[in-house]
Amino acid sequence: MTATDLLVQQIINGVSLGAMYALIALGFTLVYGIMELINFSHFNVFMVGSYIALYVLEAFGISGQSTLMSGWPLVGVLVVALLVAMVGCGFLGVVIERLSLRPLRGVKGPSAMITTIGVSYILFNLVLLFLGTDTKNYPNPLPPLTFAIGGAVLRLREILIWVISLALMAGLYVFTRRSKMGKAMRATAQDPDAARMMGVEVDRVIMTAFFLGSALAGAGGMIFGLYYNFTSFVIGYSAGLRAFTAAVLGGIGNVPGAMLGGMIIGLIETLSGQVVAVRWTDVIIFSLLVLVLVFRPAGLLGRVAPNKS
Amino acid sequence: MLDATTSSQSLLEFRDVNTHYGDLHVLKDVNYNIAAGEIVCLLGGNACGKSTTMKTIMGVVRPTTGTVLFDGKPIEKLSTAERVKRGLAPVLEARRLFPRMTVYENLEMGAYTRKKGPEFLEDLEKVYTLFPRVKERRSQLSGTLSGGEQQMVAIGRALMARPRLICMDEPSMGLSPLFVEQTFEIIQTINRQGMTIFMVEQNANMALQIAHRAYVLQTGKVVLSGSAAEMRVNPVIREAYLGELAVA
Ligand SMILES: Nc1ncnc2c1ncn2[C@@H]1O[C@H](COP(=O)(O)OP(=O)(O)O)[C@@H](O)[C@H]1O
Ligand SMILES: [Mg+2]
Repeated sequence: MTATDLLVQQIINGVSLGAMYALIALGFTLVYGIMELINFSHFNVFMVGSYIALYVLEAFGISGQSTLMSGWPLVGVLVVALLVAMVGCGFLGVVIERLSLRPLRGVKGPSAMITTIGVSYILFNLVLLFLGTDTKNYPNPLPPLTFAIGGAVLRLREILIWVISLALMAGLYVFTRRSKMGKAMRATAQDPDAARMMGVEVDRVIMTAFFLGSALAGAGGMIFGLYYNFTSFVIGYSAGLRAFTAAVLGGIGNVPGAMLGGMIIGLIETLSGQVVAVRWTDVIIFSLLVLVLVFRPAGLLGRVAPNKS
Repeated sequence: MLDATTSSQSLLEFRDVNTHYGDLHVLKDVNYNIAAGEIVCLLGGNACGKSTTMKTIMGVVRPTTGTVLFDGKPIEKLSTAERVKRGLAPVLEARRLFPRMTVYENLEMGAYTRKKGPEFLEDLEKVYTLFPRVKERRSQLSGTLSGGEQQMVAIGRALMARPRLICMDEPSMGLSPLFVEQTFEIIQTINRQGMTIFMVEQNANMALQIAHRAYVLQTGKVVLSGSAAEMRVNPVIREAYLGELAVA
């Protein structure tokens, strides 16, 4: 492989990781945009999603490097795993909101945020307790089909990750632009009091934001497993933290910002591993974050003062 | 023309309403009666509870005691969404459009509690006829409009709810004199088409020219009420709100 090939290869990988970070970052951003709440339980909703998808795949007999299924049955199983992880996480998000956050509605100060930290610990420990501390192997069910781009290879896995991510982000875009609830979400994010006086039931908007954000994190969890071929109870804090950084980098509360931030973090992760050294990855990511926040406190695409006047 | 004591056929009525923010007692035993078809104006200085009156109507704050009747039925325990469905729509202080949504989307939000059928299109056409400017700008983000244009969208958005009563909080605030005049003309036009309007105004001079009746609020108490014609010649009002010295 030449240097160019390596670069191309790492860009391919970086886009996959970036798509995953973007999906998770969207959950932080959707909730923050509507309630100005940093939802720390989101880290571990993502982690749970990774386990849900794993168990669905295993339930269909897909484990390890098995290529026991192919063609449409495989596509079907992957779609089922994705949907179950998304819906499962979506409901988990809704339950978290309903049980732990709605009772705190209207309470000023950091209590809601701190509650989400508590919920995050609960999820973390439940997984630890029932699923154990060992790292789980994630199946790699895709046929070993590759395409050469110069000396770099584009695996089927990458294409799958891109297709899933693109479809979900396009779906989110269409939902927020076209659907009634999507418009209510945007209106609530821009001016919650005015939205309420149009007859928007803000609690339902919040519930929808939690469902969608958590469902996207569930998809992110499955992508994590497919990409790294493992999952573990710690990924919420490792990958989740980077996704959170992506949301802040792009401008928390801003949907395109989450996508952009995710891509940047994904590309930094793979390129810095290639060009500098893996141990510098976090240094580079957080230096960039600090630098961006110094010059653009609201993030790359964020607005300095959300229009609330 | 309309009698101030027609409480039996009031569209909106406040009975001994008290509203608090925590310990702060804002509305104190307030009574209002607004009959269908009226323009009623609420005058008062800064921080006397005018916006709180609007919030109490829309259900953003709940009265601590007292009753708010809409169409003869108590509504003070209903959610804001339910009140919108029953026919209350706001034109908010400083307009409060959704700045990063288009003009058309803002109008859609006005009709949020309704089905999007032929009635929606009918009302949209009415708003466009009333405000040709709004139609021209329908695809523009509302945050990029001028203050006067935003006010048209804000009124249009309220009309899209097909309400029976529109509450307006300082519709003339921050507008150039030309737009103030236009806004009051529009208010009068929609009132002549049958809309009941309860309007908070600092611009008493203009407001009293189009209103049928007015209430004066002072530190949360109604201190004066009567027909707009009486108010216009009332020396206290002239001094306090019309910028003239009382004739001794
Ligand atoms: N959300 C709130 N929380 C606490 N106090 C408020 C709130 N809104 C208004 N107030 C206070 O209530 C009083 C009346 O306010 P308001 O009804 O907005 O007055 P205005 O007549 O100028 O519209 C003021 O003293 C104001 O500071
Ligand atoms: Mg006010």
